[in-house]
Amino acid sequence: MKQLKVLSLPYLVWMVIFILVPLLMVAFFAFTTEDGSFTIENVSDVGQYANIFVRSIWLALLATVICLLLAYPLAFILSRMEKHKQGTMLLLVMLPMWMNFLLRTYAWMTLLGNNGIINNLLGMVGLGPFKLINTSGAVVLGMVYNYLPFMILPLYSVMEKIDKSVIEAASDLGCSFRSTLFRVIVPLSLPGITSGITMVFVPAISTFIISRMLGGGSNLLIGDLIEMQFLGNSYNPHLGAAISLVLMAIILVIMTVMNQFSPDDQVLI
Amino acid sequence: MENIISLKNLVVEFEDGERILKDISLDIKDKEFVTFLGPSGCGKTTTLRIIAGFLEPTSGDVFFDGKRINGVPPHKRNVNTVFQRYALFPHLNVYENIAFGLRIKKLSEKEIVRRVGEMLELVNLKGFEKRSVQRLSGGQQQRVAIARALVNHPKVLLLDEPLGALDLKLRKEMQTELRKIQQALELTFVYVTHDQEEALTMSDTVVVMNNGMIQQIGSPTNIYNEPVNAFVADFIGESNIINGCMPEDCVVEFTGRRFQCVDKGFSPNETVDVVIRPEDVKVIPADQAKLTGIVESVVFKGVHYEMVVDGVDHKWIIHSTKAELVGAMIGMDFDPFDIHIMKKSEDGNG
Repeated sequence: MKQLKVLSLPYLVWMVIFILVPLLMVAFFAFTTEDGSFTIENVSDVGQYANIFVRSIWLALLATVICLLLAYPLAFILSRMEKHKQGTMLLLVMLPMWMNFLLRTYAWMTLLGNNGIINNLLGMVGLGPFKLINTSGAVVLGMVYNYLPFMILPLYSVMEKIDKSVIEAASDLGCSFRSTLFRVIVPLSLPGITSGITMVFVPAISTFIISRMLGGGSNLLIGDLIEMQFLGNSYNPHLGAAISLVLMAIILVIMTVMNQFSPDDQVLI
Repeated sequence: MENIISLKNLVVEFEDGERILKDISLDIKDKEFVTFLGPSGCGKTTTLRIIAGFLEPTSGDVFFDGKRINGVPPHKRNVNTVFQRYALFPHLNVYENIAFGLRIKKLSEKEIVRRVGEMLELVNLKGFEKRSVQRLSGGQQQRVAIARALVNHPKVLLLDEPLGALDLKLRKEMQTELRKIQQALELTFVYVTHDQEEALTMSDTVVVMNNGMIQQIGSPTNIYNEPVNAFVADFIGESNIINGCMPEDCVVEFTGRRFQCVDKGFSPNETVDVVIRPEDVKVIPADQAKLTGIVESVVFKGVHYEMVVDGVDHKWIIHSTKAELVGAMIGMDFDPFDIHIMKKSEDGNG
């Protein structure tokens, strides 16, 4: 026991320096003015950006739902494949993630642009041009594209553990495929669903690169807002910290609600 | 009695050309306890999965109650299965596991409560309704699996090595209990096992399988006393199997000596398998015997001693209540009706 304590010391120090201290600093900035005196003005000022918060939550939610709908059947098919084929397929799912995140998003810019490949192709058959880039649709597309693997992997790893005979038992007891899906497979893959949602929703709600590159100026998200307070023209780290704090609170609330659907032993936070 | 299940010329072939079942034909009577017995890989589980509908035969027909049911999916067949490792639903408690099939059938809540209660009583699990199935012992999980299948009132219950994971004592208890349930509910049970003792204790009919073929179908006594070939004799209990030939009716020659037997109808000098049960070998003084051997080992087995005796061309296994001395020369003799003569099986001994 004592040895374990000694061994864990570096990690504890690490966590204090890089997690606890920054958190406290964010909180400190959020509740102080430039001269260091206490204020709640920063936090109350966040209210004026309510529309950005709503848009961020809405787009992240949309991306998460689309990811779930795309990933669920894929993960299920994957988990029922022969073992040696599963490896290859998983590799194909992971492969795009090996490429740089920025590069992949740039690629979508050239695809979706007004003179981009998609509009050119559509033009050849006499359609368009459509406004594809700088729309909230493009932002959602970017989120889905970038975060889809984070939905597939947890779903797959939970589904892979579902015993084939349990699915056979359901059909033996009178379940069609549909009712097997809703009565057995979905309940048993719930831990994968909740962790997949977390893995997609949290980065999606706080992203700023995707919205900057694919959303133009008109689709500002919380991430962009925070970035502007620290690095942009409207330099105001106190407000930025306050926005971050509110965002954290929102995520915390959403995750707590989510955990109500998880089995007791699989709580995420 | 009518046939509830008929299998006609079932063949199962995998993509790589491997034949799992080679021409299985079998009739199962209503209210019968039938056991498929054989070593692993013999095709017994495959046959069961065809009846359940999880597997389609490459060729051949399956009849249920006179109707051909090839291609009918499992959820539309009037059979239920008890799986090898129970396959209980881990997200449901004991009550909901048993009620599962009834909820699919959309029975009234009142009816479900009544029938699940009935089952809980039958399998002795009253008071466990709310318990998570993951917190049950192996024996209790087994009971839930049986109740979950029986609650649907299937005409036929399929059991795939259901007692394999239980310890010996529990297994014996469950064997008796299963037999009782089968008789009380007057159901057809199709039971798969590799345990010959289990098959002999529980069944009305035993189907001995090997290499994707049926070796013998018969009552337990019939299978034990009159095995049709050396494989069955060897698999059901221990046996001495010796090469021999039949110079004439009722005379068999093996290890260079002639013995009286009761079998007829072989062609002159046909080579045969001679099967003699270890408990049927009589130990007599060496100087009075046609056949002698040296005792190699003696092992106490509880009720009897098992001795290995080195004869001329064969090591004999002998079960006797009296131990002989290791290294002693003993004589062996057999009653004519204890010598079983079998045609050489077509696919050798495999």
